[in-house]
Amino acid sequence: MSHVLPPLLAAARQLASTVQLGAHGRRRAGLGDEFWQYRPAHSGDPARAIDWRRSARADAHFVREREWQAAQSVHLWVDDARSMEFTGDPGRASKADRARLLALALAVLLIRAGERVGLSDAGTPPRAGEGQLVRLATRLTAPPAEADYGMADAEAMQPWSRAVFVSDFLGDPAGVEAALTRASDRGVTGALLQVLDPVEEAFPFRGRTIFESMTGALAHETRKAGDLRERYLSRLAERKDRLADLARRTGWQYQCHHTGDAPTVALLWLYHALERMTR
Amino acid sequence: MMILGPLGFTAPWLLLGLAALPVLWFLLRAVPPAPIRRRFPGVALLLGLTDDEQVADRTPWWLLALRMLAVAAAILAFAGPVLNPRAEGGGQGPLLVLTDGSWASARDWTQASARIEAALDQAAAAGRPAALVSLTDPPAGGPVFTAANDVAAGLPGLAPRAWEPSEAEMAAFVDSLPDGGFETLWLSDGLARPGRAQLLEVLMAEGPVTVRESPRLLRAIGPGEQADGALRVPVLRAGPGPAAEAEVAAVGLDPLGVLRELARGPVSFAAGEAQAEAVFDLPPELRNRVARFELVGEQTAGAVSLAGDTLRRREIALIDGGGASREGLELLAPTHYLEQALAPSADLIRGTLADILLADPDAIVMADVARITEGESAGLLDWIEGGGLLVRFAGPRLAASDEGRAAMDPLLPVRLRAGGRSVGGAMSWGEPKTLMPFPEGSPFHGLAVPPDVEVRAQVMAEPDPQLTERTIAALADGTPLVTARAEGAGQIVLFHVTANAEWSSLPLSGLFVQMLERLALASGGAQPEAADLDGTTWVADRVLDAFGALEDAGEMPGVPGARLADPVPGPDLPPGLYRSGDRSLAVNAIAPGRVLEPANWPAGVAIEGDAAPAEMRLQSPLLLIALALLMADILASLWLGGRLSRLRRVAALLVLGVVLGAGLPGMAPPAAAQEPPADSAADRLALRATSEVVLGHVATGDTQVDRVAEAGLRGLGLVLAARTSVEPGAPMAVNLDTDDLAVFSFLYWPVTPDQPAPSPEAYLKLNRFLRTGGLILFDTRDADVADFGAASPAGRRLQALAAPLDIPPIEPIPADHVLTRTFYLLQDFPGRYQGRGIWVEAAPQAEEQAEGMPFRNLNDGVTPVVIGGNDWASAWAVDDAGRPMYPVGRGMAGDRQREIAYRFGVNLIMHVLTGNYKSDQVHVPALLERLGQ
Repeated sequence: MSHVLPPLLAAARQLASTVQLGAHGRRRAGLGDEFWQYRPAHSGDPARAIDWRRSARADAHFVREREWQAAQSVHLWVDDARSMEFTGDPGRASKADRARLLALALAVLLIRAGERVGLSDAGTPPRAGEGQLVRLATRLTAPPAEADYGMADAEAMQPWSRAVFVSDFLGDPAGVEAALTRASDRGVTGALLQVLDPVEEAFPFRGRTIFESMTGALAHETRKAGDLRERYLSRLAERKDRLADLARRTGWQYQCHHTGDAPTVALLWLYHALERMTR
Repeated sequence: MMILGPLGFTAPWLLLGLAALPVLWFLLRAVPPAPIRRRFPGVALLLGLTDDEQVADRTPWWLLALRMLAVAAAILAFAGPVLNPRAEGGGQGPLLVLTDGSWASARDWTQASARIEAALDQAAAAGRPAALVSLTDPPAGGPVFTAANDVAAGLPGLAPRAWEPSEAEMAAFVDSLPDGGFETLWLSDGLARPGRAQLLEVLMAEGPVTVRESPRLLRAIGPGEQADGALRVPVLRAGPGPAAEAEVAAVGLDPLGVLRELARGPVSFAAGEAQAEAVFDLPPELRNRVARFELVGEQTAGAVSLAGDTLRRREIALIDGGGASREGLELLAPTHYLEQALAPSADLIRGTLADILLADPDAIVMADVARITEGESAGLLDWIEGGGLLVRFAGPRLAASDEGRAAMDPLLPVRLRAGGRSVGGAMSWGEPKTLMPFPEGSPFHGLAVPPDVEVRAQVMAEPDPQLTERTIAALADGTPLVTARAEGAGQIVLFHVTANAEWSSLPLSGLFVQMLERLALASGGAQPEAADLDGTTWVADRVLDAFGALEDAGEMPGVPGARLADPVPGPDLPPGLYRSGDRSLAVNAIAPGRVLEPANWPAGVAIEGDAAPAEMRLQSPLLLIALALLMADILASLWLGGRLSRLRRVAALLVLGVVLGAGLPGMAPPAAAQEPPADSAADRLALRATSEVVLGHVATGDTQVDRVAEAGLRGLGLVLAARTSVEPGAPMAVNLDTDDLAVFSFLYWPVTPDQPAPSPEAYLKLNRFLRTGGLILFDTRDADVADFGAASPAGRRLQALAAPLDIPPIEPIPADHVLTRTFYLLQDFPGRYQGRGIWVEAAPQAEEQAEGMPFRNLNDGVTPVVIGGNDWASAWAVDDAGRPMYPVGRGMAGDRQREIAYRFGVNLIMHVLTGNYKSDQVHVPALLERLGQ
């Protein structure tokens, strides 16, 4: 299996290595590896909990407490619909490539931090450990779906877990709304990352044109594509507003990322968005 | 053909297609441009959006107009448009096509033959009989009119000739013309010539005459000549015209034997002038190579001027055996009279023999040169056998040398007896000898012998069976004065007297110049006079064709010399190179003095020239325009359809690439900086030896001797630096085989018995060193016990070593030699040994001690050698601490001897470095005294 994975996994690891944040603590004493504080020993503390080296420097006995560290479950949904295959320039990665890269890099970061990461559908439940990365990469590099636009799947999400949806969100917004509503019902919060190609943002078309969706199922003919630009852009802005509004209402985070930009920024945002929610 | 103004159409009915253009307009207008299909996920957001204007994208009017224009251009093109269509003219009766057929016709021959062909085709179509006549080659018995087709078949055989029709030939042609009326087409070459008016008159009487003639002025060049050292080539044109520029190229064989352009000279015709002149100021080496001049861009025999022998100046090398460097003694210089005699008619070159042989001169004159090293003599012999002429003059050096004594010297015509003889002097019996009349068979035969030519001294030839036949001039007593011997293809000539007036008065007489001329030394290259040519026969070697190309003459009869006296070319004397014996003569299409004038045609003669607008078919330009318009339409359609974005990028890259590609070579930075000169050992040595005064010593191969020599020169250098303004650098060992001697002025040469002899190349360098003012101090280091005889090994070795050197006669140093007083006043010259005297170049015998003057006026110049055996180096030698390395003498006397040895060294270096300045200083008091009077 390894002969299939390395390109995506290696790229994801390289990307993740630019974001070295380490494990995130809970800012309170608990089970963990990191030192949290010394406190005077109470009666009832087991003798072996006493830090003798610290206690030798004072009259009282001290106990060494560690920071409480707990693993979270994070569900990833990466849109694998055909519309993600689009790229406006042969020299630029497609939206799907960028989405997979970001998702896997995030998975690398999270797994290093000790979290459990899985996909939002039932096939890959959240698990910790490096082995999970290989399973994730295998799933992510599966051939794309037949549909033009993807539908978020929130069925397999565990309650009170975290989720990340990566998609272009150009399809019917009702599906996203339904998924988000279901997720927030279960106490799941997370981040929406909209990945768009710069061409989709700029609409640099002129003349008589027939626009087709990636499968060809949808088509729209215009005599003057240039005239449509303003209205297209306003519709796009409206879509973004709607997503942002939806996210705000359900306690999620929303961000738009362009494939023309560096992936590091989006990865950092994703990581911090999750960090904010785990606090 | 339909003709509309200046336009004609070969297929006019196709123009009806233009009427269909409006229909096309409507058709094109109705069809909008095709849509582009694009994959775009954002289509989901577009669904439901409608276009603002329904009628927006019609094909724009300008695109329609573009397409209309393209179609219209294509229709016009296929209709076969012709600009300035030529109306077919029809004549009646026979047609005579006449061409001058001279070299002047050659320039426009292609057009002329095309015109002839067209005329004959028309005549054939009209069923008219025709005749074709070239005036340079008129048919015997006059023109015969036959079917025009047959005449046209003979057209390829018609070619212009390199000469012009003469008046007599034209008159004869007039007489042979048939009666009965005919039309004439005369293809004129545009030059006026006698007989033309008469011919025209007869032709006009027979019928209409049409003349075709190019309005361009014909140009030609006349024979080049040599004046004031420059080559002058007249450039002519047929009649005055506006100011114009032309170029004349001098063409000849390069050193590799390849014919190429040697020089190019601009010519500018002033407005209204018909003649100009190109001036070539070429170095003689190049000038002698010029074989012909060509007017650049003209391909006629008139634009070529062959040079022949007339431009050639002989190259003569003069070599004297030294002594000429004495300033103020020019009249006594061995080569002075030779220069005076040869300079007007030949180019003199000077230099060393090795350099001269590279230049391959016509003759080498050696005045009193005794020593020729083996390497040089081999090269010289090769050169003589290849046809060189070596003329040698005797003199004191030759008389004193052993050249040609024991055996025949390959570079002398006869064997010489030891010494010479002196007649008519104060110490000899007899009177100065006069010359015997020159014998028959001698090259000097026929020259008058002036009675005042006297010979006072000569070198004598060893009596020999061949002596008589080799003697080409003798004295009254039968002893040879000039001997000659053939060697291979060349010759060696020896004058048994000097080339200056020291031994004889021959160089003072006119006979001397005449003798040199007879030896072909002084022969010039002027055009021969008519009297010279009488009775000779010349054979064409190469001939010119009308287009100015040289061809083999093939089998042509000889031309009597009288015909060449007035070289107007004709059928019997085609232009070209003619040869008689060794002489070569050029006959040019433009005879000397020829003036070109334009032909003058009377009114009533129809003249067609190049100025008449030529018929021009417009079909292909129109088709090209249509194609270009269609290409523009493609681009415009793409742009309209929004498909140009990527194409535009590609096109921009292409344009940028082309522009950069064209611009880059020009903007490229200049080639990488020149590489630093190779820092070879020779360069380092030259740099070291020339950056300060450096004393050199010859590396003998004996380590001890070399060490002492080096230490000796170092000690001498310290003394020089302390006492004089000469501050030498560290001494250098000189390897005669590898090092360049020219950078040294002084060499110390300790002679060891087992020293290997230098190579021939080293001797070449040594001789050059000696001739150019260097000084060698030979030191046998044996106190000269053998008096330089063969008794001591070092003495024998010195003799062997010095034999190939060009050393003048030497003598024991006289008491008044300048070496005795260049810095210190010295009387003896001890080294480690208090030996005998030293030997220096002998003073000229003529120098007498003047009354009251302590010194003779001697040695105007540096003696090239000083020979002694006192082991000076050991006396001079100091170790690193500056202490003497070897004891000299004993006690105070020894110190004194060492001091004198140092003083000798100082005097010697002063002598080398100051030249004759010190010897001139001796006379300063006397000069001041005279000025005071």
